[in-house]
Amino acid sequence: MKMSGAQMIIEAIIAEGVTKVFGYPGGAIMNVYDEIYKQNDFEHILTRHEQAAVHAADGYARASGDVGVAMVTSGPGFTNAVTGLATAYTDSVPLVVISGQVPLSLIGTDGFQEVDAVGISRACTKHNYLVHDIAELPRILKEAFYIARSGRPGPVLVDVPKDITGEIAEFVYPSDVHLPTYKPNYKGNDRQIKKAAEAILKAKKPLLYLGGGVVLSNATDVVRRLAEISQMPAVETLMARGVMGADNPLLMGMLGMHGNYASNMAMSETDLVISLGARFDDRVTGKLSEFAKYADVIHVDIDPANIAKLVDVDYPIVGDINIVVEKLIGHLEERIKPERYQVWRDILKRYDELHPLTYHDSDEVIKPQWVIERIGEKVGADAVITSDVGQHQMWAAQFYPFDRPRQWINSGGLGTMGYGFPAAIGAQVACPDKHVINITGDGSILMNVQELVTASENKLPVINVILNNHFLGMVRQWQTFFYDKRYAETDLSYQPNWKLLAEACGGAGYDVTTKAEFDAALDAALEGGKVTFINVAVDRLENVLPMVPAGGALYNMLLEHKES
Amino acid sequence: METVRRVISVVVLNEAQVLARVSGLFAGRGYNIETLTVAPIPETDLSHMTIVTRGNQRVIEQITKQLHKLIPTLKVIEHSEMVEKEMVLVKFPIEEKLSDIQALCAAYNGGIVNVGENMVIAMAADEPVRIKHFITATKRYNPIEIVRSGVVAMER
Ligand SMILES: Cc1ncc(C[n+]2csc(CCOP(=O)(O)OP(=O)(O)O)c2C)c(N)n1
Repeated sequence: MKMSGAQMIIEAIIAEGVTKVFGYPGGAIMNVYDEIYKQNDFEHILTRHEQAAVHAADGYARASGDVGVAMVTSGPGFTNAVTGLATAYTDSVPLVVISGQVPLSLIGTDGFQEVDAVGISRACTKHNYLVHDIAELPRILKEAFYIARSGRPGPVLVDVPKDITGEIAEFVYPSDVHLPTYKPNYKGNDRQIKKAAEAILKAKKPLLYLGGGVVLSNATDVVRRLAEISQMPAVETLMARGVMGADNPLLMGMLGMHGNYASNMAMSETDLVISLGARFDDRVTGKLSEFAKYADVIHVDIDPANIAKLVDVDYPIVGDINIVVEKLIGHLEERIKPERYQVWRDILKRYDELHPLTYHDSDEVIKPQWVIERIGEKVGADAVITSDVGQHQMWAAQFYPFDRPRQWINSGGLGTMGYGFPAAIGAQVACPDKHVINITGDGSILMNVQELVTASENKLPVINVILNNHFLGMVRQWQTFFYDKRYAETDLSYQPNWKLLAEACGGAGYDVTTKAEFDAALDAALEGGKVTFINVAVDRLENVLPMVPAGGALYNMLLEHKES
Repeated sequence: METVRRVISVVVLNEAQVLARVSGLFAGRGYNIETLTVAPIPETDLSHMTIVTRGNQRVIEQITKQLHKLIPTLKVIEHSEMVEKEMVLVKFPIEEKLSDIQALCAAYNGGIVNVGENMVIAMAADEPVRIKHFITATKRYNPIEIVRSGVVAMER
């Protein structure tokens, strides 16, 4: 059928089964928006900033497991989207972002709103395209969706010059991709898998090291089964919270810079690391030479470049966790003796009793950790929790009882302040029947605060719980510990009126200074059906502990919560 | 870890941006490029790149993996067993001893390739180490300009 380039984009989005698109129009993408106006197959949600559009698509993708789609115009529309692309790229989130570009004839002339989008985004997309000819547009759209979703997922940018969206050509949406240069390996090498199984049988102190890849590949069930039949203890990275389930006795907790004592000690003393979809990030490993010093390493990852990037690996396995772990279970099922690891489990249990993850609650001032626990008690497994970046993010990761994958959504790799609220909007669109709560700070929330309007307009009752310490808290914590309390530009004493701010945009606001007020506000917000700010005055100088100072060995943790 | 020199051959789709993707990868990840050559492979839609780089074993391994990860990359060959050749053009003043220059070039698979009013251009094509020797040897004849092609290589 003959149609315009703009119509082709619409048809491709529909053919890919996409039902929600987030975006923001402008000159170079207007032809496409004109076609969006004319169709009823998918809903377009207008955010109030392009960064938020990409984060919302990203939150939608993480909550649903489907690809997220965002649309922006050329020049500033695109550059605003870059942080969103980089955030999704670092956390391997499948996105297709369509950007308008100046007409082909103007490319390279410094035209109005021209910027080299593929040049700028090359390092923060899985792949990107500048469409040179309408004849290649159907193929490129097909490939973009395929590349975004397959292998190690990631964002793909398609930059489309305006004249191509206006041009008419024959459209047949390809049913398959033909990409001889791109063939992800899902199966895993059988010999390596067998050897890895033998290593597990021989180990005395094996440890499951679970990363975000378990969530991305929907491999939770099979991973839980491996833990179950072997009774091997497990630690989760920030990105894997929810995989094992909060009450699982085999889960030691989260490891890394703000991991709990037992998890970090487990990693320091294990003799066999079984890494599933984790990438040995420096916030996880601390000082590399001390990391898992006594262990052999089994590393399962869909991306070969992740394997042996930072640590030496004894059993490298490139493949999909589902397939690889299923095969591992096949080798282990009949032979594994869970009693073998009893001593190891007992050691870790003692570590946990020695230094449990805890905080000193108070009657005078609300402790941020209490707020997280309280939300957990109220909505627990029912809610989707997003967060921004800072202390609140770490407390959420430490203290919320995550029970399932895709329940916890945060910018772990890039650490993007301003991610939480738009991501929550995307998650709410994906999960209309769930409570979506963004745990945020008084710094981060202002970085995409305009999205109050998007949420109100679309009746998306996202609840933002602002753990308000009147500080850029995480930076303040480093200043306390490592900069002699010189609080350079981290004091946020000058504050907006949060309640009025939310109300001005059609939402609800609550200022909270006591536990009782918090309970009442949360109840009202859960009932209220409106986008909400709950501004909670928390202990200003509370620190996130334990803490492994950057570059230190994982077993050297600052542990004590001193009374302030 | 010890730093080694490596020649990496990359076969990529001959499409827009592909050179930028490869060079951007090296720049962005802080890898070193000593030479990089690229040309289309006849009768295909592919190009062949030869990259000479240095790094420790872990870096070299990352380079090959990251190159492979680029969507338009078909093949990455990283070998210590490669046949390597490099070409060099050298411009000399016409007053120099042309017969000596001719003889020198002949020893390095080359010769005089162009003669002008007040200069000659000579070329040599040989293994990269030998090209280095050749360039040192030319110093005696006061070269005006030296242009090296970078290394091309083929797996044995
Ligand atoms: C876009 C961006 N800018 C700067 C930073 C550096 N940074 C990390 S945490 C933090 C403080 C966050 O403050 P707030 O949102 O109030 O959270 P808190 O740590 O107080 O819980 C800053 C500035 C960042 N991660 N992202």
